[in-house]
Amino acid sequence: MAFGVIKNVRKVFAVEELGGRALEPVVALDDASFEFGEGDLVALLGPSGCGKTTLLRIVAGLIAKSAGSVTIGGREVTRPMGDYGFVFQAPSLMPWRSVLDNVLFPMEILKRNDAVARRHALELLDLVGLSGFLSARPHQLSGGMQQRVALCRALIHRPKLLLMDEPFGALDELTRMEMNDLLLRIRHETKASVLFVTHSISEAVYLSDKVIVFSKRPARVAKEIAVTIPYPRSQKVRFTPVFTAAERIASEALGVITPGAEEAPVQARAAQ
Amino acid sequence: MRSRFLAPLAYPLAGVVLIIAAWVLACWLANIPTVVLPTPDKVLRSLILRWELLLGESWITLKETLYGFLLALVIGLPLAVAVANSRALNLMFYPLLIALQSVPKVALAPMILVWLGTGLESKLAIVWLVAFFPIIVDTAAGLRATPKELLELATSLNASPLQVFLKVQLPAALPFVVTGAKVAITLAVIGAVIGEFVGSSEGLGFLLLSATSQLDTPLAFAALFALSALGIFAYALVGLGERMMSAWLPPVPARH
Repeated sequence: MAFGVIKNVRKVFAVEELGGRALEPVVALDDASFEFGEGDLVALLGPSGCGKTTLLRIVAGLIAKSAGSVTIGGREVTRPMGDYGFVFQAPSLMPWRSVLDNVLFPMEILKRNDAVARRHALELLDLVGLSGFLSARPHQLSGGMQQRVALCRALIHRPKLLLMDEPFGALDELTRMEMNDLLLRIRHETKASVLFVTHSISEAVYLSDKVIVFSKRPARVAKEIAVTIPYPRSQKVRFTPVFTAAERIASEALGVITPGAEEAPVQARAAQ
Repeated sequence: MRSRFLAPLAYPLAGVVLIIAAWVLACWLANIPTVVLPTPDKVLRSLILRWELLLGESWITLKETLYGFLLALVIGLPLAVAVANSRALNLMFYPLLIALQSVPKVALAPMILVWLGTGLESKLAIVWLVAFFPIIVDTAAGLRATPKELLELATSLNASPLQVFLKVQLPAALPFVVTGAKVAITLAVIGAVIGEFVGSSEGLGFLLLSATSQLDTPLAFAALFALSALGIFAYALVGLGERMMSAWLPPVPARH
């Protein structure tokens, strides 16, 4: 049986939930269903504001769904489980805490902030290349470094499932690629399952075992794409036919391109 | 290099000297009587000769200021927490708070005197009244400005309400509390003087009143200087508190 089963999930935001900003209820998710196996990295790909973030929050137990069911590891999710990691689009670190203390925050909440936790935090920070910044404050770090701290914070309690909400969306392209490789390495080490929300087609394909493409709001699953490129992957796979084929299917599912042959041959050549 | 070290000292000093020179010149040229505007040397004489009196009265005003300020903190902080966390309480009391703030405290002072007498209690009440508004408003704003993601992170870990408050909301609001406290302490000095003006037999405000009524203008000016020094000292105390908490505060004051 699959590790995660998302079945007919529907979310309608009532007017009150939207803080009086809307005049009528908003259907954010309309019947989303997919499954994933333990240790899978699944990308949720879709246009901005299509409800994929809402789905992620439902899986996290942060907001209630209107209909359907979410089962992770055999447990029905109705409230926060306490053993998922969450990474937001912004690093969202606590400016008053050091890097190490930021990473240990979940362990404090879970009342497991002991020597073992500390050792694990040091390992994680070493893994992301920040062992020299243990006592630094967040504002002293670059955006990419802050997001790496946030990643460590999400992993400190050894979550079975890592939920990531466009975590690298605010980073520049090169840093984003670096972070993608880092995530793949971390995922290989921790064996955690990952749900990764993004609106970058190439990021979705590069990272995941499976890409779930969402339609515009109200979101439905428009396409499931299995990415058969074996891990470990390197940035070179971006230039393989399998990669571009997957990108193409995703682009078609998103309606970015229409199915069919290229309209005109395009040539690019490196300058001498 | 020299000028870089001297400039921060030299310019303010030059400004003071210039003002004093203008003051002296005005007194001489216009032949202003001492009762109206004493020359700086007479004020200085008064400061030196009456230092014991001035220090004693300053101590009283300082006590009123600090006690009232602490009272505002002790009562304001929990109230801010209540208002920030409960929509009902917020709706019930926020408009009242604004209404109270728009009443000039000087207008309330005589009544407070009737209720609490001319002792320390009435001064504390007035100081509290002027000081607690910025504390409660800034603290409530800070508590409400807690980043949503941090709250979600805590929720996703099944944090208890107490944990959320102590580990997320309170530290996140601390820079706001400090800002409120800085405004509050300057208002507290004003509150103490108002209280002494309306009814008191001690303190710098009382000294100021009695000196002017006895046409001892140099002493009144000396009291003014003492009051200004007291204000700076009280503000510096809050600044010291801020420095002691600096480990908690983001060094970049980009949040305001």
